[in-house]
This record gives sequence, C-alpha cells and structure tokens, in this order.
Amino acid sequence: MKVKLLFFAALREQLGTAGEEIELPAGVTTLAGIREHLRARGGNFEKAFSGKALVRVALNQEMAQPAAQIKAGDEIAFFPPVTGG
Amino acid sequence: MKIAVQREDFDAGAEMRALSRDPKVGAVASFVGVVRDVPMTLEHYAGMTEREIGKIVDEAKSRWQVMDCTVIHRIGDLKPTDQIVLVAMASEHRGDAFAACEFVMDYLKTRAPFWKREQTADGARWVEARASDDQAADRWRQEKSDAAGG
Repeated sequence: MKVKLLFFAALREQLGTAGEEIELPAGVTTLAGIREHLRARGGNFEKAFSGKALVRVALNQEMAQPAAQIKAGDEIAFFPPVTGG
Repeated sequence: MKIAVQREDFDAGAEMRALSRDPKVGAVASFVGVVRDVPMTLEHYAGMTEREIGKIVDEAKSRWQVMDCTVIHRIGDLKPTDQIVLVAMASEHRGDAFAACEFVMDYLKTRAPFWKREQTADGARWVEARASDDQAADRWRQEKSDAAGG
C-alpha cells in the first residue's frame, strides 16, 4: 500500500526532508504502525519518532488518533505541536 | 465569511468595516496579533490550515450568534511590529462577538497547523508550544460542559 508522508517545521528540519511517497509493508495499517515503521529506520527517524517525542499526526488533513486506519493514497502529515496565532 | 492565509499585510480597519455593512450587525469584536521583539518566519500546512480554521469558525457559530466573520493569518517572513493574525466577529450584540472572537483565537493557537521559527541573535529556533495556550483552549471545553450540566 502506497501513501504520501509530509513532515513540517522542526520535524522536517530534523529529518532533512519535507515528505515522501512510501510503500508500506503488509501489516502496517494504522498511524501508530507508520510511526513505528519510521522509527525503526534508525538515525534521525528513530530520534524524531521515539516514544518521548511530541509528534502530532494528521490523516488527509484532519487531526487523527494513533489507532486510525489508513488506506492506499492517504496523505499523512507528522508535525510538532502548533505555534501559530 | 472570509478565511485567508497570506503573505501580504492586511488592513484591519477595512476588514472590520466590511463586516459591519449589514445593518443588523450591532457589534464587531476583533483581535490583532503582532510580532513582538524577534523577527520570525511562519510556516503552515497549506490546505489543512484553511480547513482547520473553517472548522473552528463553524464551532464558534454553533455556540454564539455570529453573523459574519473574518480570519486572516499571515505566513512567511515577519519582523517586529508586523501584524500576524486578525480575527474579527460580527454579531448583533457585543457579548457574542467578544466570546466568539476569543474562542476562535484560543483554538487557532492550538489547532491550526502554523509553526513559528524565530531569528534570534543566537540563531534560528522553532518556537515551542506553550501549555498556557492549551489551557486557554481547554477552558472553553470546560465552560461548555458546565453549561450543558447546569
């Protein structure tokens, strides 16, 4: 299953990329699953997606919970807590 | 209703006058956020930002009598004294306009996907979210459940 990942702000800088298209292995079906999949890459990804890191996630531009199910073609954005206004 | 995310500055007076053209409007309450000491760059999640502000405004309309409103948030490079954000609410009476304006501002700070990067003398740094902003937004949830309970 292919999905689109986006990274914003400090997370984008930390990872050195604004996003990517990714083919997920079978078995990765939730947002929490993607987060763990990214963390397992090691290096900056491991740091950015460790259990302690405050990372918010949006599924198709709506804030979403880790247990949310994903499907092919979804847009999944990870970012730090927002600081606008 | 007007929601805009833009690089350009805005004219708060003109925006407020535009909200009071309907003779039924008796109150326009507004908030303008301004850059304090440090130059900054504002990044956002194009698409989601506009949707999220729209949802916040819809929620305000469901709670208070809001006849029209304008929300403008700037992005890109801003310097001290620059305007960042305008929230303006038009209503028949001031109570609804004041409350809706504060509500939208509080929720915008905690839910709309914007991020500030400050250019300090020691280099650039991302602004960290503040617990006090979460508390300001949570207050409205509390007030709603109080109202529902009593």
